[in-house]
Amino acid sequence: MNLENFFLMRHELVLTIITLMVLIADLSIHEDKKYKIIALATTLFAINLIIGFFPSLTGNLFGNMYKTSDLQLTMKNILNLGVIVILLQSVTWLKTDENKLKISEFYLLVFSTLIGMQFMISAGSFLMLYLGLELATIPMAALAAYDRFRHNSAEAGIKLILSAAMSSAVLILGISFIYGTTGSTYFDTVAMHYSNTPLQTLAFILFFSGMAFKISLVPFHLWTADVYEGSPVNVTSYLSVISKGASAFILVIVLFTVFNSIAMIWKPLMYIISVLTMTVGNLFAIRQQNLKRFLAFSSIAQAGFILLGIIGASEIGMTSVVYFIFVYIFSNLGAFGVVSVIYYKTQKECIDDYDGLYHTNPKLSLVMMLALFSLAGIPPVAGYFGKFFLFTAAASAGYYWLVFIAVLNATISLYYYLLVVKAMFINKNDQPIAYFKTDVPAKIALIICVIGLFVIGFYSTIYQYIQSISFGL
Amino acid sequence: MDILSFLVIIPVLTVLGIIIAKDPKHTRIISAIGMGLQLILAAYLVFAYLGERNAGNIAEMLFRQDYMWYANLNIHYSVGVDGISVAMIALTAVVVFAGIFASWKVDFLPKEFFISLILLSTGVFGFFISLDLFTMFLFYEIAVIPMYLLIGIWGSGPKEYAAMKLTLMLMGGSALLLVGILGIYTNSAPDGGALTFNILEIAKVHIPIEAQRLFFPMTFIGFGILGALFPFHTWSPDGHASAPTAVSMLHAGVLMKLGGYGAFRVAIFLLPDAAQELSWIFIILTSISVVYGAFGAIVQKDLKYINAYSSVSHCGLVLFAVLMMNKTAMDGAILQMISHGLMTALFFALIGMIYGRTHTRMINEMGGLMKVMPFLGVAYVIAGLASLGLPGLSGFVAEMTIFFGAFQHTDVFHRVVTIVAVSSIVITAVYILRVVGALLFGPIKNPHFEHLEDAKWFEKLSTVTLILAIAAIGIAPLWLSNMIGTSLQPIIDKLSMIIP
Repeated sequence: MNLENFFLMRHELVLTIITLMVLIADLSIHEDKKYKIIALATTLFAINLIIGFFPSLTGNLFGNMYKTSDLQLTMKNILNLGVIVILLQSVTWLKTDENKLKISEFYLLVFSTLIGMQFMISAGSFLMLYLGLELATIPMAALAAYDRFRHNSAEAGIKLILSAAMSSAVLILGISFIYGTTGSTYFDTVAMHYSNTPLQTLAFILFFSGMAFKISLVPFHLWTADVYEGSPVNVTSYLSVISKGASAFILVIVLFTVFNSIAMIWKPLMYIISVLTMTVGNLFAIRQQNLKRFLAFSSIAQAGFILLGIIGASEIGMTSVVYFIFVYIFSNLGAFGVVSVIYYKTQKECIDDYDGLYHTNPKLSLVMMLALFSLAGIPPVAGYFGKFFLFTAAASAGYYWLVFIAVLNATISLYYYLLVVKAMFINKNDQPIAYFKTDVPAKIALIICVIGLFVIGFYSTIYQYIQSISFGL
Repeated sequence: MDILSFLVIIPVLTVLGIIIAKDPKHTRIISAIGMGLQLILAAYLVFAYLGERNAGNIAEMLFRQDYMWYANLNIHYSVGVDGISVAMIALTAVVVFAGIFASWKVDFLPKEFFISLILLSTGVFGFFISLDLFTMFLFYEIAVIPMYLLIGIWGSGPKEYAAMKLTLMLMGGSALLLVGILGIYTNSAPDGGALTFNILEIAKVHIPIEAQRLFFPMTFIGFGILGALFPFHTWSPDGHASAPTAVSMLHAGVLMKLGGYGAFRVAIFLLPDAAQELSWIFIILTSISVVYGAFGAIVQKDLKYINAYSSVSHCGLVLFAVLMMNKTAMDGAILQMISHGLMTALFFALIGMIYGRTHTRMINEMGGLMKVMPFLGVAYVIAGLASLGLPGLSGFVAEMTIFFGAFQHTDVFHRVVTIVAVSSIVITAVYILRVVGALLFGPIKNPHFEHLEDAKWFEKLSTVTLILAIAAIGIAPLWLSNMIGTSLQPIIDKLSMIIP
């Protein structure tokens, strides 16, 4: 191995350097000037984002422990894009007095989880996957408990760490069974020796359950609502978008490369879980008043849609999943962006509080509406394309009834998204949220989301590029 | 740039113009200019189309344009029109133009109102020019979703309930439709080769009968919900009654026609075997729509509800005719779509204008309006007469053609349902004449009504546009009929291959 090979890990390396730089900066900056870290960290991350788009070599490292291909690079870039939006959205919140002394912690924690996710995506072995996953999870609990004086936030942290520990235990049990039956943790070796013997099936199910916790698929979703509600808004959006997206990415890769010999086992399993996830997520979302809980359940339902593409199990399926997550990041961040802007200005986060918002803050309402329409899959925003392609993937594999259930669910989801739209545009309110100016960073973040929502859909090259680097069963 | 894409570009530019506009007056003027241009373009399209046909161009679709969009799924932006789509586009342009003037007085958030209204029309225009199922569906959804805001914000009565019901039912319909479209797509290349969304390409292949049996009902019901197919029509009365004037006009006049148009262009044209096999179920349902709608209209007291039920009846007739699957009946179906589109738009426009003056829509509270507002009164009578099928106006031509076509089937079943459906003409006459009598003639019941003003210039403009179009079709139906007839031929040819 020489130095050149080392640059295969460019994404992770740059991110590690940035993390260290933030750490050093934190040590050397005087207490009263800590806020400067915000600009520093955001700029550094923006540079990281740009470096990520430079063409890169692809290949394997550490004897296949670490793999990288164009698809994995694209996934990492997608995550980076999402994270920069979140960082911009967090500025207002980090500048508040109570966070004065722990600004750099936020960046350190976010960056370390992101490093974990990127290693996870590039994993070539279950060991690497597990390490990445843990790195992505444990700092996350600290993030959830970031507002440590707020009762809810501390509770969210504990809930997250406990359920994450539980799911990791299940996952590692699955991995140890896989190792026990195949004698290896490397993806390519495991794939060669995998069949549907009872123990291997059990191993797969355990592994899948562990992953299902991370993506919060039903019936492993119970931690989601409480944690999402308790965490600070920006952490919630990080959890529901980036963390979920990364886990979904690696799940697709593993299913398509390692477990493709037992597709006949995981397809029916996915079928059932997909239906359950969509339906339960939707039905619970209808009842929510708190917007964070609302978006939590809506994001559970969205995860069910992702499974639809996985079941499609083809090149189109793979492409659609990656594309859908890409779209989902912008839609959900748009919605969370508005929620966070409003929350930090007014401390309001219930749907009722949004009554009459359009009359006082038309621009924010419009962004929220577009984001929600995108989540619901209404054209002309990108969500429509994302959903359509997922459905196409499932339909071309012959799962018409599943598609039917999914589109019915999309209609149900439209109902509760419209409830928010109704609150903002139609409901009357004597004391609506007063007009306020959105801070510049948050504004930029929202503009990025809106541009994303239109461009990703109409600009077909993105979809075609993803297809050109995807692989199927 | 091709002429058809301009039909989508002009509304989009108009919307952008409205966004920049500073005050309500500018908003209105920009909308009027934009939709005026659209009307001129539509008229030009009609003449250009006829010119091409006269010059001997026998291609199935004219003004074709095709751009690859999503190459890997073979999704194109593909546009083209035949006589039927041209007629529908002209109808839409007239109704939208009239709608802009009918809502001249919207003073609550006028900017947003016109934006939503024109976005809706963008969807409708896009739908009629699309030859690719993907873009067709895309435009269909664009046409449906602004409805929610239009009814929810500017509606009257239980508007939030009506808006939600309408949106969810139509979106439920589009859910069925989506599965149907994907089913057609995945079966579009039974002999191997690339799957396609292109309607003309799919029409050339024979989709396996098992697939047709599964997807025909989905597609037909999906479009049928928009066309007020019994028992999925319940969104229509509530929606129309709560919607603001221009929205009722557009919705009953144009949007419901998307259902009828899609039903034959997609469901029947692409899945003919299953259509032939299963048509009896839907014929029964549509005959129920026709008669039930008419009876529903009789017992209603609210002008808008009367008209909404009458729309259920008339649109039911469109689907009924489409299912007869012969040339005469289909010819009639399209005439009926256009005729009903104009007539019902006129009705809703007039109801809106009357309501704006009397502040009630209950017919038992009104009377003698002919004396105080003769212009609106006369226009209302014309709309009524067209609706009940008086010769010389558009309704007569359409309904006659439909029943002629339906009677060409010689078996007992078709004869019976035709007779049942024909009975709706009588019922229509009853409720129309009853309303006209109670509303316009007799003593003035409310002294407050004596000082009401007649129509203003923009209302007259809106009304006259529609009346002219109705009379034109009634007097010279052959012109339109020829345009439609030649375009129906490919569909009929495809059907005749399977009908013994």
